[in-house]
Amino acid sequence: MFEISVNNRNVEAEPGETILSALTRAGIEVPTLCHMKKLTPTGACRICVVELEGMAGLVPSCSTPVEAGMRIFTNSPRVIEARKLIIELLLADHPDDCLYCVRSGSCRLQKLAQDYGVRERIFPPRRRENTLDTASPAIVFDQSKCILCGKCVRTCSEIQKVFAIEFTGRGSNMRVSPAFHDSLNVSSCICCGQCISVCPTGALREKSSLNEVTAALADPAVYPVIQYAPAVSVSLAEEFGMKPGADLSSVLNAALRRLGFRRVFDSAFSADLTVMEEAAELVARLGNGTALPMFTSCSPAWVKFVEEFYPEFLPNLSSCKSPQSMLGALIKSRFAELEELDPRRIFSVSAMPCTAKKFEAERPEIGRDGMADIDAVLTTRELVRLIRMGGIDFEHLDPEAADPPFGERSTAGKLFGASGGVMEAVLRTVHRFLTGKELKSLKVDQVRGSDGLREMKFRIGGTELGVAVVNGVGNARALLDQLKAGRRDLHFVEVMACPGGCAAGGGQPINVMENDRLRARVNSLYASDQGESLRTAHDNCAVQRLYRDFLQKPNSAIAMRLLHTGYEKRDVPL
Amino acid sequence: MEHQCDIIEEILRKYPNATRDALVPILQDVQNACGCLSREAVIRIGAYLRLPASSIYGVATFYNQFRFRPTGKYHILVCRGTSCHVKGASSLLLLLRGKLGIREDGVPAEDGLFSLEAVPCIGACGLGPVMSVNGKLYAGIDSEKKLDAVLEECRKLKDLEGGTVQ
Repeated sequence: MFEISVNNRNVEAEPGETILSALTRAGIEVPTLCHMKKLTPTGACRICVVELEGMAGLVPSCSTPVEAGMRIFTNSPRVIEARKLIIELLLADHPDDCLYCVRSGSCRLQKLAQDYGVRERIFPPRRRENTLDTASPAIVFDQSKCILCGKCVRTCSEIQKVFAIEFTGRGSNMRVSPAFHDSLNVSSCICCGQCISVCPTGALREKSSLNEVTAALADPAVYPVIQYAPAVSVSLAEEFGMKPGADLSSVLNAALRRLGFRRVFDSAFSADLTVMEEAAELVARLGNGTALPMFTSCSPAWVKFVEEFYPEFLPNLSSCKSPQSMLGALIKSRFAELEELDPRRIFSVSAMPCTAKKFEAERPEIGRDGMADIDAVLTTRELVRLIRMGGIDFEHLDPEAADPPFGERSTAGKLFGASGGVMEAVLRTVHRFLTGKELKSLKVDQVRGSDGLREMKFRIGGTELGVAVVNGVGNARALLDQLKAGRRDLHFVEVMACPGGCAAGGGQPINVMENDRLRARVNSLYASDQGESLRTAHDNCAVQRLYRDFLQKPNSAIAMRLLHTGYEKRDVPL
Repeated sequence: MEHQCDIIEEILRKYPNATRDALVPILQDVQNACGCLSREAVIRIGAYLRLPASSIYGVATFYNQFRFRPTGKYHILVCRGTSCHVKGASSLLLLLRGKLGIREDGVPAEDGLFSLEAVPCIGACGLGPVMSVNGKLYAGIDSEKKLDAVLEECRKLKDLEGGTVQ
């Protein structure tokens, strides 16, 4: 530790860290656009420049190491002037359409322009040709709003290791693009949406389904129903000025009914169903020793990742559909039958923390007889907009329950929102299936946590299972390569495509990683597991009833037809 | 297509145990042999060097040298450097586009004989305006007459070879 002087005050710094890191710790704010925690700085945007005594030019604080005795000024007139100029230059070829932009209010460029008092265009507009890419079912890429900070490229390559996009061209022709200037739709993009989460502007955004949903809500001939994922219910609170992480399920049920949905279902119910099907599948695979380790298949971006990059592991993916698609199939079959509804009249919406679920809903396997099981997927962000548009005030809503027959859930299903949650939920049920007894402690500590890859040995009766929990497909690559090299000690692996699991999904409110919101969401999910009595999928009465009256038993012929699916190799440029 | 694959494999064999350092030389070899970098070539080179196609495309588009579409039989480069510009390179470029019926730079005209590309300095600043045809430099092309002479030379060459344009 040594001291540096910042704005004539002493600040402690550690050898080897950057000026930015010392300033952040000391609570001195410096704006950044291209900076990414834990990754090597690129110094691309220059907005973090500070004045360093003895240096002729300003230095980027994100990529300049501290030295003892440095005298730094973070907001001298020269610094402010330089930052303002950078913003003005960035705006030179940026559209002036903030009012119409989906990121208005959560745009970093907009905030900087505000903060630095940029009130007029000083450079004549120089527009890039319009290259709006809307072909992907999940992600819209608007080149005209890109400021070339590179965060999407680095997230895609260094964190997710998907390498779908890269800087192409040079100088004023440079742009971010998939190989061959293809559309994202035909690239190796897995639709995880992590690029959207890090984009400082509106260049990357989800492909919105709000118009379809509002049209369906207004159409009397249509029967709109909605399901929402566990991660969604714990991610809305902060958007409405409530305590981050608070579980709004019960008021959300009420809100969705006010908006016009005829039925409100909880995807945590179908998560319980997934647990039953997946546990039975695992027990069967352990019995005959085939296609082990089994991989979870709830994360559609992870499924697409395997289909593209590791097709040799397709047999290892669980054949279970995701909770979204299981419920989608049940709504248009069992529910329609019970209610004597024409399934084609039903407009089935799902609210997900995920952009890849939009891709999943468009998979041809997710439906029957030319009819899709899910008609529209809304991200958490879109759901927030829908609720705002509907003039809903959560404060004035009384809690309501989700609708039968798919409204009841255990906390095991709820845990799907956290990385390690599917594993924990399935282990509880596998233990019951194999031994006929409940786990002594339902809480499986070792699979909880936030590390990208966690492994443990789990004893069930006389057998020891090797299990692993992965979040972030970049972390999955390492494990897959070990398996390819012959590793044999694993039986069950949970993979969520997004670093941090569904709670940090690509459809969540922007800037999730920037503060403790992610932890608040996950804590909220675990708190409900701690506090409630129904904690195992197999004890969920609604699930038991569904098996008794309709599905017979896990992995039965009818369950296989409705709740299971298949995968195939995808031919994309890798 | 079969033919091109063989060419690429042959080139890759010259780079055993290659890493990403060999990317640009391999791209150059493939372009020299095949005329351009096809989609298949980029993907094959990526698989060989364990590099994603997007990264290779990123590198290849960084350099003016690399092309992704085949050129005409005669590929014309017109220098757009400062010195040539002063000597009238932009009118030369306009004239050429009109004469050859070139719609887009880098894409051959309908007869497949000529393609055209404006490039930054060729490095013959004292001789401007300069152009090169398949690597052969023509200096001081400052009139339509001189330009016609160059184009005529190419056409004659083609007739002499009796060759059909690929």
